[in-house]
Amino acid sequence: MTFKITSQPIDPVELKRSLETASAGACVAFEGWVRDHNDGAAVIALEYEAHVGVAEQDGAKIVGEAVARFEVAAARCEHRVGKLAIGDCAVWVGVTSAHRGAAFDACRYIIDETKQRVPIWKKEHYRDGHSGWVNCATRTDAPAEHPAS
Amino acid sequence: MINVTARYFAAFRERAGRDREAITTDARTAAELYAELARKHGFADSLARCKVAINDELAPWDVALSAGDEVLFFPPVAGG
Repeated sequence: MTFKITSQPIDPVELKRSLETASAGACVAFEGWVRDHNDGAAVIALEYEAHVGVAEQDGAKIVGEAVARFEVAAARCEHRVGKLAIGDCAVWVGVTSAHRGAAFDACRYIIDETKQRVPIWKKEHYRDGHSGWVNCATRTDAPAEHPAS
Repeated sequence: MINVTARYFAAFRERAGRDREAITTDARTAAELYAELARKHGFADSLARCKVAINDELAPWDVALSAGDEVLFFPPVAGG
């Protein structure tokens, strides 16, 4: 599976090992970590949700596009769901290729497209007790029957 | 009128207060159904930033609805 949604901690060492191949002269890996702030607000935890079936299908398509577009030996991506703490690895992308250029380009392509396209949602929990879904204009802090003004 | 099932994720689920509901609708397309449900529940995200899947397959917003469809509404994504 080249793109996996997982509720288990990501193991970068094991993932990298799975990409090893004698034809590769380069390996580029990207790790996305949970940081303690966003847009000036102190973040204490994150929650990720995904539609696993569509996300893995769409994600595999992205990895396939990267392989077709760049000279890649192997590529894969794993994304966490569930509640994550500061410092946890939320997403891992790894690419191997004969030379470094293609590995950098393909890795960048996979993480950028994943963030833009794949049905994964992120809820931030803030130190002040509030929480919010990133990128969403729909408010969840007021019931639908009494829309916030 | 047709009967379909609407399914909500993330912000939409929390806003609607449920993860699915049975809908009897005049909507002919997924876009029309979204407009109807956005009014009902107060979804504030524009169509252009959201996605729809029919029976677990991504679909264009102008896809025609059929009786019995499961229509999945995806709010703006934020992976990574």
